Amino acid sequence: MGTCPQYIVDYMQEYLDGDISRENEQQLKQHLQNCASCRQHMHELSDTVAFVKSAAHITAPPHFESEVMKRLPKGKSRVGVQRWFRRHPILVAVAVFFLFMSTSLIGSYQNNEFSVTKQPNLVLDGQTVIVPEGVIVKGDIVVKNGDIIVEGEVDGNITVINGEYMASTAVVTGEIEEIDEVFEWLWYEIKSMANTVVELFQ
Amino acid sequence: MKLFEISFVNISDQKGGVGYKMDALVNNRIKQVLKGDQNAYSDIVNLYQHKLYQICYRMLSNKHEAEDIAQEAFVRAYINLHTFDQKRKFSTWLYRIATNLCIDRIRKKKPDYYLDAEVAGTEGLDMYSQLSSNDKLPDDQVEQMELQDRIQYEISRLPDKYRSVIVLKYMEELSLQEISEILDLPLGTVKTRIHRGREALRKQLNNL
Repeated sequence: MGTCPQYIVDYMQEYLDGDISRENEQQLKQHLQNCASCRQHMHELSDTVAFVKSAAHITAPPHFESEVMKRLPKGKSRVGVQRWFRRHPILVAVAVFFLFMSTSLIGSYQNNEFSVTKQPNLVLDGQTVIVPEGVIVKGDIVVKNGDIIVEGEVDGNITVINGEYMASTAVVTGEIEEIDEVFEWLWYEIKSMANTVVELFQ
Repeated sequence: MKLFEISFVNISDQKGGVGYKMDALVNNRIKQVLKGDQNAYSDIVNLYQHKLYQICYRMLSNKHEAEDIAQEAFVRAYINLHTFDQKRKFSTWLYRIATNLCIDRIRKKKPDYYLDAEVAGTEGLDMYSQLSSNDKLPDDQVEQMELQDRIQYEISRLPDKYRSVIVLKYMEELSLQEISEILDLPLGTVKTRIHRGREALRKQLNNL
């Protein structure tokens, strides 16, 4: 092959690229018919192409997609949140208000001190409030972190927070409410706040 | 001359149909991402992950590095998405980012990168054995390789400027025009490199 012109090898390459002119292809064919070493060269080149083309397709490892998503900078989504904040200032203010309110309210719910509304004639036995038989209590009673036993009469509402209402033959003219859950407690606080507000305007 | 009939297989570029729909989907997702919807990007990653990983693996011959670089390419594409001209082909742009990162990594790693990492597909071999023997293994070892390992081994021995064109042409099955855009080289240069790459591979394969 050493004596063969370089353009023969160029034609081989053009042929493999699939963009050889008819003329050059004819010339290459003729040359290959007469030259064993160029035939060998052409054969090896074709084999090389077949060899590379037989490469299997390789796939990305599992979780590749989620790994990429994890690596993306978070900047864009923060822009979105900021935009939302700017568009809904009132909602943001309300949300912030409730956030502070609820933390302070939950805080006060979690304090475990026993307390009871000051009313005359109530008997205290440890953390239990007793309305004795034959006694009439005028007004509302609120018991926090304790129980209440009503044996007499109550002319008002009874609210028990984190405790139990026990009565058998009692006479209560108002509503009786037991509050055990944080949310109920919140609801109660909000209601009583609303009542105070309403009273302020009356 | 039987040779001529068997060796000439021209896979013409498939145009229209599936390709067109895919471009429309990709452009749609790009618009969503640009509006701030980061999650829309996952469809783009899903669509191109295997092809992009394959390019990186063929270029780098190392699974860990290929994964790292392919991920990095997607991240860079995401960050620079606003610079992408949607009239052009997204894959070309993405592959360009990836091949540039691969070539950077190859140049940087020459002295010291992951020297003890096993070269994928070559059991018990690492970059040390590859470097110390000047990218050449003993003949008997090469002859015992499985075909797929052998292919990767021979590809890895090519100089990187030939490796990139051979990988894009024969493994990704891209047109010369696309390869020239991806590598930012004139069409003539791409052709020359493919010719030389084929010739270099031929010599490697017949030197045993």
